[in-house]
Amino acid sequence: MDVRVRALETLLTEKGYIDPAALDEVIDAYQTRIGPRNGARVVARAWVDPDFATWLRTDANAAIASLGYGGRQGEHMVALEQTDDTHHMVVCTLCSCYPWPVLGLPPTWYKSAPYRSRVVRDPHGVLADFGVALPDDIGVRVWDSTAEIRYLVIPQRPAGTDGWSEEQLARLVTRDSMIGVGLPLDPSTFDDVEVTA
Amino acid sequence: MTGPADEYVSHADLGGTLGHGPVVPEPEGELFHHAWEPRVLALNVVAGATGKWHTDISRSYRERLPDYADLSYYEVWLAGLERVLVGRGLVTDEELDAGHALVPPIEIAGVLAADRVADALAAGRPAEREPSHPARFAVGDRVRTRAGRVDHHTRLPGYVAGRVGTVERVHGAHVFPDTHAHDLGEQPEWLYTVVFDAIDLWDDAAPGQTVSVDAWEPYLSPVEGTS
Repeated sequence: MDVRVRALETLLTEKGYIDPAALDEVIDAYQTRIGPRNGARVVARAWVDPDFATWLRTDANAAIASLGYGGRQGEHMVALEQTDDTHHMVVCTLCSCYPWPVLGLPPTWYKSAPYRSRVVRDPHGVLADFGVALPDDIGVRVWDSTAEIRYLVIPQRPAGTDGWSEEQLARLVTRDSMIGVGLPLDPSTFDDVEVTA
Repeated sequence: MTGPADEYVSHADLGGTLGHGPVVPEPEGELFHHAWEPRVLALNVVAGATGKWHTDISRSYRERLPDYADLSYYEVWLAGLERVLVGRGLVTDEELDAGHALVPPIEIAGVLAADRVADALAAGRPAEREPSHPARFAVGDRVRTRAGRVDHHTRLPGYVAGRVGTVERVHGAHVFPDTHAHDLGEQPEWLYTVVFDAIDLWDDAAPGQTVSVDAWEPYLSPVEGTS
């Protein structure tokens, strides 16, 4: 594959279709600037600022843009709030649609047949693959991203985090919790933060 | 491979199919597994700026790769890019084999310069357009999705084909992939989130489970008793 990819890069450069330095810029952007820590900041802001949470509900694009995130593969954002009654999960069964500006590039499993085939049919089984068990009485809602709408799951703020700063809270927010296949980290495992509740 | 084909087959419509094994979780920082994978990602982004194709066309080329099921996702992206470059006349198969230019380039919209990458990523390419007519459906309407297969690119997954669901959100008019992927124009159509009770899709669904897709108006017809 290395040879084949290098050959294509050479060919497109010789034809004058690409600036090879632009390739490095793209890779750098997704390795350093555009990743799930962006989404974690969005979630943490929603946890500490009820007005921001409302804004996210009514105009996710604008709310997310106010933190500096937007653009390619996040042109039409919708935020999905986890509640005690409903657990949201996001998939793209037809390809790999994913909210790049807030979560970065999708993980391998998100793009692979096991997840894409099964989550719409057996979401509890998929959650079990991630080590997550939900209460029996919770409704599971699976969102198949078949158009250009991109979904960001807003997990519930863990108990025992009263008084935590936005930055501290953001550390609890995992990528998987913003897709709906995981939950935020347990705050009691962070011994450098004083737990007040 | 540019126009609607008589035998259009997508190998990417995986929802509800069985036998693919368990999901294998992955740590958050693990982005790539081979040195060539980030190059393929970047080639797709940068070559797309030539303006000779767009997302719907890329997806259409990828989903028709005959060996789709045997490829990793970045292999799909590489093979799909090679096919779209040939299909849109930018390179020839002989050039791909040679790894060098053999014939003059065609005219392109522009080359994405390194110092323009951040702006281009931040701008994105919104798909919403001015609607040409009022929305046919409203929130709460019961709708039935199109049944049967079609001989062109489409974004209605097979597992909801011919099923009854409820309109939950109206998103405005969006570029219609079914025509856009075949150079038949954007033809913007109203886009809806349609939610289904999982029990209407799968006999073995868990109680309380729902599944939604985003569906363009031509995929939907009214169910008697509503709208």
